[in-house]
Amino acid sequence: MNLTLRIWRQAGPDAPGSMTTYQVSGISPDMSFLEMLDTLNEELITRGDQPVAFDHDCREGICGACGMVINGQAHGPERTTTCQLHMRHFRDGDTIDVEPWRAAAFPVVKDLVVDRSAFDRIIGSGGYITAPTGSAPEAHATPVPKEAADTAFEHAECIGCGACVAACPNGSAMLFTSAKVVHLNVLPQGAPERAARVRNMVSAMDAEGFGGCTNTGECATACPKGIPLPSIAAMNREFLRAARG
Amino acid sequence: MTTATRTARHPSTLATLWRSTVGKKAVMAVTGLVMLLYLVAHMLGNLKVFFGPDDINGYAAWLRTIGQPFLGHEWFLWIARLALLASVVLHGVSAYQLSRRDLAARPSKYVHQRRRASYATRTMRWGGVILGLFVVWHILDLTTLTVNPVAEHGHVYQNIVGTFGRWYSDVIYIVAMLALGFHIRHGFWSAAQTLGANNARRDRALKLTANGLALLLTAGFLSVPVAVMTGVVK
Ligand code: HEM
Ligand code: FES
Repeated sequence: MNLTLRIWRQAGPDAPGSMTTYQVSGISPDMSFLEMLDTLNEELITRGDQPVAFDHDCREGICGACGMVINGQAHGPERTTTCQLHMRHFRDGDTIDVEPWRAAAFPVVKDLVVDRSAFDRIIGSGGYITAPTGSAPEAHATPVPKEAADTAFEHAECIGCGACVAACPNGSAMLFTSAKVVHLNVLPQGAPERAARVRNMVSAMDAEGFGGCTNTGECATACPKGIPLPSIAAMNREFLRAARG
Repeated sequence: MTTATRTARHPSTLATLWRSTVGKKAVMAVTGLVMLLYLVAHMLGNLKVFFGPDDINGYAAWLRTIGQPFLGHEWFLWIARLALLASVVLHGVSAYQLSRRDLAARPSKYVHQRRRASYATRTMRWGGVILGLFVVWHILDLTTLTVNPVAEHGHVYQNIVGTFGRWYSDVIYIVAMLALGFHIRHGFWSAAQTLGANNARRDRALKLTANGLALLLTAGFLSVPVAVMTGVVK
């Protein structure tokens, strides 16, 4: 496949950026999107140009590092992570626009790399259970109802990639935060800190400068892990409950 | 020796709500639902125009006597007006503050733009502004009668026929009621989501209810100017 790429190039956090056009050829439909970018970077390096900076780690869809906006869609046209997106979903001769996540709370570090540490600070404010650690507890020590276990698993799938924030017209982190809050708050282990968790995580989220939710649903459509939109309703319920008490 | 126990002081519930994006959105949802409830009653009352002048004029006179003798003349009406005023102000101020924040949270647009969300969802802000302006016009037209061509207090029927005899009045009402339909189509479901009443099982039913309410209110409100324009009510 031969492709025209228009990629956001930005030398540093405060440098101005712009879309730069590149041609790549010899792309196999079986390559992942990141392998396609690797091919481009090899070429850029041989030419003595700066390679395109992008985040990646596991390349198997579990770490959440590889986010970028492809043709206006977070992680591109398929419901998966960029590392798991294959070139067969594009056509020979296509022009593909590649941009970094756009949100005030996710400043661009370089090219397609953004600083997502705002997410870490939200997690730090309550996305854990305060418990003495040690060897793994006996699995049956705390019975968990099946429905709660299913809900917790569904929400534990969030990999913190930030696609929800990137897709939201308000740069809102509600889906991410609700995935974490719901995951822990439905479990008996999370119950003691239930109210404080949602209060602190929502206020940490607000403090980072993320926007509010206007229920456009873009986040849930973009989420590679399928965190559902009603999760936000569940977090709202937790928050209103905690605010009353 | 005395031991003093001090529990950590939380800010009050109202302060917690108003300071957070989630809480402020809940204020919007509650005030929106208050206005929606009022609009359902208002729309049903308007339909009395189809039963003739005595019916609707009598209904309007009765509205002023609700709660008597416990309440004085028009007291109920004024209580309702104050509640609606509080709702519209809180709703508008929250919308303004949240919108400013939302716009600041996404300072740079994507170069590759894509059509997003439904029409109703995308027009909540401008639709809301249209509704706000409409409310001002509407009060000047049919409450204070400042801009009404007939302007006879107590003669609701005649004032209605008078105002809808003017093309621009019809245009204003039709545009506003379409805007209202869209606002409720997104707003009702959105309020359920905001207040935590939505879940995966209810989602579809809530969306259907939102569409039903939007359609019912828009059609019901529009039936009056349309009836005057077509001579059914004269
Ligand atoms: C002053 C005029 C008004 C303005 C400026 C306004 C503006 C807005 C805005 C910006 C939103 C948020 C949209 C979003 O989150 O995407 C909203 C939501 C809403 N509006 Fe209004 N609106 C107005 C009047 C009304 C009226 C007359 C009603 C009565 C039916 C109403 C009912 C609602 C409801 C139920 C919501 C949903 C709240 C939520 O998302 O939780 N609004 N409005
Ligand atoms: S690189 Fe880990 S999810 Fe894509």
